[in-house]
Amino acid sequence: MSLPKPVMRGLLGKRLRFHIPLAFAFALVAGGLIKYGVTEPRKRAYAEFYKNYDGVKEFNHMREAGVFQSVRPSGE
Amino acid sequence: MLATAALRLLGRRAISTAVCVRGGHVAKVDHYALPVYFDKRESPLPDIRYVQDLSSEQKSLKEKEKGSWATLSDEEKIALYRISFKQSFAEMNEGSAQWKSIAAGMFLFFGLTGLVVLWQRKYVYGPVPYTFDQEYKEKELQRMLDMRINPVQGISSNWDYENKQWKK
Repeated sequence: MSLPKPVMRGLLGKRLRFHIPLAFAFALVAGGLIKYGVTEPRKRAYAEFYKNYDGVKEFNHMREAGVFQSVRPSGE
Repeated sequence: MLATAALRLLGRRAISTAVCVRGGHVAKVDHYALPVYFDKRESPLPDIRYVQDLSSEQKSLKEKEKGSWATLSDEEKIALYRISFKQSFAEMNEGSAQWKSIAAGMFLFFGLTGLVVLWQRKYVYGPVPYTFDQEYKEKELQRMLDMRINPVQGISSNWDYENKQWKK
């Protein structure tokens, strides 16, 4: 029963050399996914929305619908 | 004479720790204060050997151990190991099937709790507020659309205000 002597040293170093680059890679990938999956579409959506946004028109529509307390619809 | 009479009243247990009749004495050590054997991965060398009372052949083996170890056969080495240790690292680290029972118990109690909650919903709680009625909810949604709630990416962005319908 002559088994080879098991590795006794450098176990933490080996684990760190494997896991730390992996953690870095995962973090970068996660950051990239969020940037290009969430923030860029959101920025584009807001740009699109405000490109042809007419605040006064929206205000008048809201006023006619009767949601404001300071200005009632123009009929009343 | 008087001391022994007093000791008989105290009971047998007190005698060993009470004042002795003559001479000094060693305090009795309770068994839980002695070192114990344990198999633990974190501390590999327990305080005492596993087998405390050696049989005669185990004793002779221990004598042989005092000499050169090259003369020991493989079975003798394993026998010496088993005298000192109860389980090898492989044996103490192996997993068990206990997780299945634990998961089964968990799901059982989730199910029972679900039944209790259902019964509660039917027999204990009163009616929900009027704000949950279908008609009220429709008026609520209309008001949200009128106020242009979340117009960029949220609910109002899905409503087509020209044609008064949801966007396709």
